[in-house]
Amino acid sequence: MSTTTTQDTGLTTDHAQATADDAHSHGLAPEGSRADRATSFALADFDVPNGREEVWRFSPMNRLQGLMAGALTGTAPQVEVTADEGVRVEHVDRSDDRLGKAGAPGDRISAVAWESFAEGLLVTIPAEHVAGRETTLTVRGSGEEPAAQHITIIAEHHSEAVVVLDHRGSAQLAQTVEIHVADGASLRVVSVQDWDSGAVHASSHRAVVGRDATLKHVVVTLGGDVVRLTPEAAFAATGGSVEMNGLYFADSGQHQEHRLFVDHAVPNCTSRVTYKGALQGDDARSVWIGDVLIRKAAEGTDTYELNRNLVLTDGARADSVPNLEIETGEIEGAGHASATGRFDDDQLFYLRSRGIPEAAARRLVVRGFFAEMITKIGVPAVEERLLAAIDAELDAVLGDLADTEDVSQERRVIEAIESGEAQG
Amino acid sequence: MSTLEIRDLHVDVETPDGPKKILRGVDLTVKSGETHALMGPNGSGKSTLAYAIAGHPKYAVTSGEVLLDGENLLEMSVDERARAGMFLAMQYPVEVPGVTVSNFLRTAKTAIDGKAPALRHWVSDVRGTMENLRMDPTFAERNVNEGFSGGEKKRHEILQMELLQPKFAVLDETDSGLDVDALRVVSEGVNRVKGNTDVGVLLITHYTRILRYITPDYVHVFVNGQVAEEGGPELAERLEAEGYDRFLTPA
Repeated sequence: MSTTTTQDTGLTTDHAQATADDAHSHGLAPEGSRADRATSFALADFDVPNGREEVWRFSPMNRLQGLMAGALTGTAPQVEVTADEGVRVEHVDRSDDRLGKAGAPGDRISAVAWESFAEGLLVTIPAEHVAGRETTLTVRGSGEEPAAQHITIIAEHHSEAVVVLDHRGSAQLAQTVEIHVADGASLRVVSVQDWDSGAVHASSHRAVVGRDATLKHVVVTLGGDVVRLTPEAAFAATGGSVEMNGLYFADSGQHQEHRLFVDHAVPNCTSRVTYKGALQGDDARSVWIGDVLIRKAAEGTDTYELNRNLVLTDGARADSVPNLEIETGEIEGAGHASATGRFDDDQLFYLRSRGIPEAAARRLVVRGFFAEMITKIGVPAVEERLLAAIDAELDAVLGDLADTEDVSQERRVIEAIESGEAQG
Repeated sequence: MSTLEIRDLHVDVETPDGPKKILRGVDLTVKSGETHALMGPNGSGKSTLAYAIAGHPKYAVTSGEVLLDGENLLEMSVDERARAGMFLAMQYPVEVPGVTVSNFLRTAKTAIDGKAPALRHWVSDVRGTMENLRMDPTFAERNVNEGFSGGEKKRHEILQMELLQPKFAVLDETDSGLDVDALRVVSEGVNRVKGNTDVGVLLITHYTRILRYITPDYVHVFVNGQVAEEGGPELAERLEAEGYDRFLTPA
């Protein structure tokens, strides 16, 4: 049984390059294989959960109550759109036949979200269009009344684009984000959860990836009271590639839950899942579930998933559960790793022994922990905002520190050293 | 002119079975410009002395003092000691993922000097020093000690010593794991700092080979947590010929 639930104890699993021959079972949930989990567009097919179900067992049910009961009637948050020319953004009726084509809801709130929206937002990147700049949808919550929202993103064949979902303000929101990456298309979706405190956000991201298509899916979760995201990606044809990256920073009292599912149903597809989180403060809580299913037909699959958590203070708790199900032995590779730990005393000692004060040393370590992920976001404005947010989070516990520098400055110094030319 | 005085220092190390006594009354004085070799067999407590001076949390000073120009280092935090002028070149430098050498060096220099170095001078200093240590400039963008070979780690330690210009440097087994070429490059680096500044050096080593490149003014033989014998460079030669056996015979 390689399922691990790690509290802040520094436990680790690493099943790098595990294969079907390695007779170790992977996190058999009470409901059995991920392949058997029921999905449905009908709300009536999902009972109101009691919190003991596999998909809810880590969630704060009382705080999600408002999104559970039944169809939601609140006003959906406003969406401000800044789009690349050439990218079409439409408000469409829920009956539009382009909606609902990326798989059915897999849990009660997702079904509520589907049942409740009146009008969906549809973003289409036309075939072969290469977007020159990112398309940003700023979702601005302004109410406490539970509401639903539906967004569908369609990257038509051989298009290239970046779409940023930026969640701000306050809301009680059940959301669906459908993502279609058609044959040969390349799409990057960045979802930033930077809610005000008090916000409750449950969102089902359902992606379908076509032949030789590439999806880069990035999640950045910082704000809000409860954020529960379930990003899922399914390969519809061979040669697809999915990268799912996530960063989260949970403060005192925050619950941040990310449940991922990559469904390898066809041959020769590649997936990489990398989520990193930091936690600080009493009752800061993160949950990461990484389900990967390699079905019998999915020969030549190459997959690896990783979750790392850095627990910065006492009183925080991180749960991390990688689940890898493999139904064929004919794969390129499959592995997962999970680790949850505290500040490394030796790292801090090393930095401080060079005169770097403790607060600055901690900041360096945390920034370093996230560094690789931050550069993978690929949207400079989001990267800078994230670094500023990390600094602000650390200021809260470490005290303000003068003289923090942006990444571009560091880049300039490195280039100057390498080129031998000092600028200004 | 500065003085580093270690007086009757007793240190325990934290172990799973409780504290274990390692240093049993160390007395040693190093002045600016002097090079002291501290030699001893494995397990004699040499590295414990290095870590205790630097303030590693695993080592508890139970009595004695370490004074830098009369100021008690033991009352300072790890980073305060470094800013007061102490430097420890570690035997096993630590990996810091995601932190580039460039960022690390500049953050350290800024902390030690109390202000950020002027970019133009800093870049040429780093580049020149790396060149002297036969380090490729692309080193600047690598993560601190991550994936470094043994020799690269030691060069990186001496790079820091050259750039940070401490009053006193403790070099803990800097020669271990180095081939002859790397040993020469690293020793030249130490000698450059000695030539350019008034640094006092406490060079901890098991073997005498590094002393062929870095000439000590004084040699101390360290056995069972204490200084057992002291002399000039000729003592190192005698140790080379005889080994530590005569110190290890039970009394």
